[in-house]
Amino acid sequence: MKGYLRQDGRKGIRNVIVVAYLVECAHHVARAIVTRSDDLDVHLIGFPGCFPNKYAARMMEALCAHPNVGGALLVSLGCESFNRSALARAVEASGRPVETLVIQESGGTVASVAAGVEAVRRLKRAAAAEPAEMSLDELVVGTICGGSDATSGITANPAVGRCFDMLIANGAACIFEETGELLGCERIMAERAATPELGEEIRRAVEKAERYYRALGFSSFAPGNAEGGLTTIEEKSMGAYAKSGASPISGLIKPGDRPPGGGLYLLDVVPDGEPRFGFPNIADNAEIVELIACGAHLTLFTTGRGSVVGSAISPVVKICANPDTYRKLAGDMDVNAGRILEGGASLDAVGEEIFELVKATASGRRTVSEALGHQEFILTYKRFEPIGPACLPRAAAG
Amino acid sequence: MTEAKTRRAPEARADEPARLILLDAADNVLIAVRAVAPGDLLVIDGAALAAPENVPAGHKLARTDLRAGEKVLKYGAPIGAATRAVARGAHVHTHNLRSDYIATHSREEDAT
Repeated sequence: MKGYLRQDGRKGIRNVIVVAYLVECAHHVARAIVTRSDDLDVHLIGFPGCFPNKYAARMMEALCAHPNVGGALLVSLGCESFNRSALARAVEASGRPVETLVIQESGGTVASVAAGVEAVRRLKRAAAAEPAEMSLDELVVGTICGGSDATSGITANPAVGRCFDMLIANGAACIFEETGELLGCERIMAERAATPELGEEIRRAVEKAERYYRALGFSSFAPGNAEGGLTTIEEKSMGAYAKSGASPISGLIKPGDRPPGGGLYLLDVVPDGEPRFGFPNIADNAEIVELIACGAHLTLFTTGRGSVVGSAISPVVKICANPDTYRKLAGDMDVNAGRILEGGASLDAVGEEIFELVKATASGRRTVSEALGHQEFILTYKRFEPIGPACLPRAAAG
Repeated sequence: MTEAKTRRAPEARADEPARLILLDAADNVLIAVRAVAPGDLLVIDGAALAAPENVPAGHKLARTDLRAGEKVLKYGAPIGAATRAVARGAHVHTHNLRSDYIATHSREEDAT
């Protein structure tokens, strides 16, 4: 595998220039810059809110200095709350080229778009680099399920679990998430924790998720899940949980925290404190963005009903659980795990196929959603407390 | 409700037992690999019976007679409780199984 070496020692599997709007009012200009640049490695990200939010600031910093990112153009309207200078300083300190465009000071839409396109060209040149050798123990891989049905927990999810076990055996860091979709799994999950104290933190995180979703009146369960044969949130949870494989759980992290080493990590995406800004994650891409902010180089996305999304910054590998869905949406899928149901492949064989695809993707091969230009991105308001020392027992001991 | 509910796989044959998956030895539900129609042959734990009703592909059917209030087990873990008695072979879904955590919502409800 080849990776782009960054100043902090991490390596990226892509060399993306991000164009980041810092308020919705700058979204159109930023999008026009990306569209005009017409380059698969120029991605649009951003935060729409005009009010300040520590979580959003931390996320934008982690994303603009993600190992897959080679440089950043920040697009500001000018009067929003977002601290653009602090973000620019953080990106600069990470050793990446960064430019800031303030629309109110750049002559409005037309002039700002033209200046932005030029800035992206300069950033591309400044970020140009030859990839260096990269090994599996430098890789961070996330997983998510979206549009789940009853096949997800039988085919694609356990196949990803097999792949996770292989990656972890080779020293990679793997992250699974959404405690709100792990209701009912807390006891068995806690038993897999590296220490009893970490197990207790995991139990508490799932309890928090249940309280949060209960207050909002809905579980993380879409009508399509029921149409696909799933009846309850705990049934969906058990199927989703299969993505985590069988390795011990090394830690519990929150969005923006980086795994301190190889192993399996649970990402707690449910905000701390009383419900304040609405649903923990309004759609799948909000979770993918949080996996990326934790350093995920790529995301393994399993789907039964058939999702077509990709992501900005890090490639998404689509693993289709349902053979009927695969026949309808083959052009959007990287792996047909539905073969397991029809007797065409074993779980181990599909797990191995995903593992090989992870290595190929990390070596530069485009995933299907990436080649189609899918670069979905959502970032909204949240609030988190820092994790406690019991959440990363190995790091605390070292 | 969905097209998958009525669609029959071309290879399904009435004289062959429907393909069912048991995920864990402790489970009291089975998974239909292909859609099951009333009268289809089911073989559950060695005993043959005629399917009492439609079960769409991927959905659950009762492995044993279930009592109202009985925990339903899949993957060896409880996934909720039966809200009424369910006969062996019958479809187990939102009409007779309820979450022990947060109730399942449908498309007709909204957050307001």
